[in-house]
Amino acid sequence: MINVENITKRYRTLTAIEKVTFTVKKGEILGFLGPNGAGKTTTMRILTCFTSPNEGTVQVAGFDCFEQALEVKKRIGYLPETPPLYHELTVMEYLLFVGRLKGLPSWRIPSRMDSVIEQVGLGEVRRRIIGHLSRGFRQRVGLAQALLHDPPVLILDEPTVGLDPKQIIEIRELIQSLVGSHTILLSTHILTEATAICQRVTIIHKGRIVAVDSPERLSARLRQSEKMSLTVKAPPPDWIERLRAFPGVMSVFQGPSIETCLIECKLGHDIREDLARFVVNQGIGLLELKTVSMSLEDVFLHLTQHDEPPPPTDPLTQEIL
Amino acid sequence: MSPVPTIIAKELRCFFVSPIFYIIGAVFLFIAGFLAHLMVVNAGQQALRLMQVQNVSAQLNLNDLVFRQVFLGLEMVLMFILPMLTMRLFAEERKLRTLELLLTSPIGINELVSAKFMSVLLIYLGLLGLTGITPLVLSLYTSFDWNPILTGYLALALQGGLFLAVGVLASTMTENQIVAAFLGFGLIFVIWLLGGLGDLLGNTPVGHFLSYLSFTEHFDRLVRGLLDTKDVVYYVTGTVLMLFIAHRIVDSHRW
Repeated sequence: MINVENITKRYRTLTAIEKVTFTVKKGEILGFLGPNGAGKTTTMRILTCFTSPNEGTVQVAGFDCFEQALEVKKRIGYLPETPPLYHELTVMEYLLFVGRLKGLPSWRIPSRMDSVIEQVGLGEVRRRIIGHLSRGFRQRVGLAQALLHDPPVLILDEPTVGLDPKQIIEIRELIQSLVGSHTILLSTHILTEATAICQRVTIIHKGRIVAVDSPERLSARLRQSEKMSLTVKAPPPDWIERLRAFPGVMSVFQGPSIETCLIECKLGHDIREDLARFVVNQGIGLLELKTVSMSLEDVFLHLTQHDEPPPPTDPLTQEIL
Repeated sequence: MSPVPTIIAKELRCFFVSPIFYIIGAVFLFIAGFLAHLMVVNAGQQALRLMQVQNVSAQLNLNDLVFRQVFLGLEMVLMFILPMLTMRLFAEERKLRTLELLLTSPIGINELVSAKFMSVLLIYLGLLGLTGITPLVLSLYTSFDWNPILTGYLALALQGGLFLAVGVLASTMTENQIVAAFLGFGLIFVIWLLGGLGDLLGNTPVGHFLSYLSFTEHFDRLVRGLLDTKDVVYYVTGTVLMLFIAHRIVDSHRW
């Protein structure tokens, strides 16, 4: 549905994105993850035909973003970073304007307006002036604007920014309900959000794509060791040294308290049983023993903290890994 | 519904809720009315003087004494007022990031620019229409030649269209409305001063060319009642050229 090939965008002296390539399949939701300034917004602006790349081609729903921009624009619902709102209009007036602008036939506008107002929960403010709305409501009006003409492709630039936790959950549920019938590209710098709603994530850093995979496989792939945490009731003073002597253990760190330690061993060595036996034999009181899996946060930091990013991975090499 | 009427309707809605529109309208109508009042009083005094000297009721030419003066005065007023009407059109869209909505919607930039231009043109023509009260009221009390008045209004409409197109162009260049307004004044003044430069060079090809570029000679001819296609062509091509440059500037945001 979305086909991005080798796009590069340069501003005068700055290269915003370089040789970015990815695809989004029909009905899929792809998370676009990266620190601020990584090139997420630039990529989205190129997809929506708002800016043009210096090199490379972009196809959305089978149409070229440069040659057939109007056809592409008809099929995209776009929520920019800053919701594009006219503060002097009411919510209803604004949506009516957007509906006509997007070329929705007049007879469909009222029913579509009612359904998006219902979907994003704007019922109580539909007659209020947008300038008087809170940030959360404005964000929802922005989302309503993107959904209004029922486009097959949705491009959402940080859709949950500025919302309170309850609204974030509502909006995430709404986005998840659109998966399957819509193709969605969603950018975020909140990692839990990507884990919660995206089938695949693309990590972009300094204008380059550094990884594409499902959140689970990304963390599995980047795990270089088995990590576990052990908490006991009465730790003997030399227990850290004794734990280090276990076969396969690479390092042992004192945890946040003296009763806890973090043990890192070689990949494939699960020493939890040995640890349990050790603790029971010593009679020091086992309180907790668990593996620590790498969260998306760790993956993200791991990938973006290296100055030299690892080469971009495409689905083929992932299969080998 | 085609996007052009949609955008025009939205622009008009935004104008009617903004104080700037009411201030500009009030100032324009006040100056137009006050100028006409001064000229009528002045014409009356001259008529009285002529009656005392010649002891006959003199037939004054109201077209020269009143309307031409009013039209020439309004020409100046338009230079200041119209850039304030156009300053928000694109500058505000850029500032509020709503240009992103417009440019990612399935509409052409030409439709966008022409819709924005037409919305301010409609507002201006509405205001100009209200000043038509002056000749209508005067026609109740005296008689004058309507032709120069009609061509005068045509001149004001065409000139206003040109100034508005320059204003639209200025508005696409910046995201600051004040800057857009001053840029608009500046451009209009430059076009105006070209006429002065042309006069200075006198009867040379360059002089004629520069005078042709300025609106003063075209405006004067129309106000005197001379309807010439070359003046109409000047205004129409000038307006279209300004809007075309505005179109190119909006399009250049992609790069």
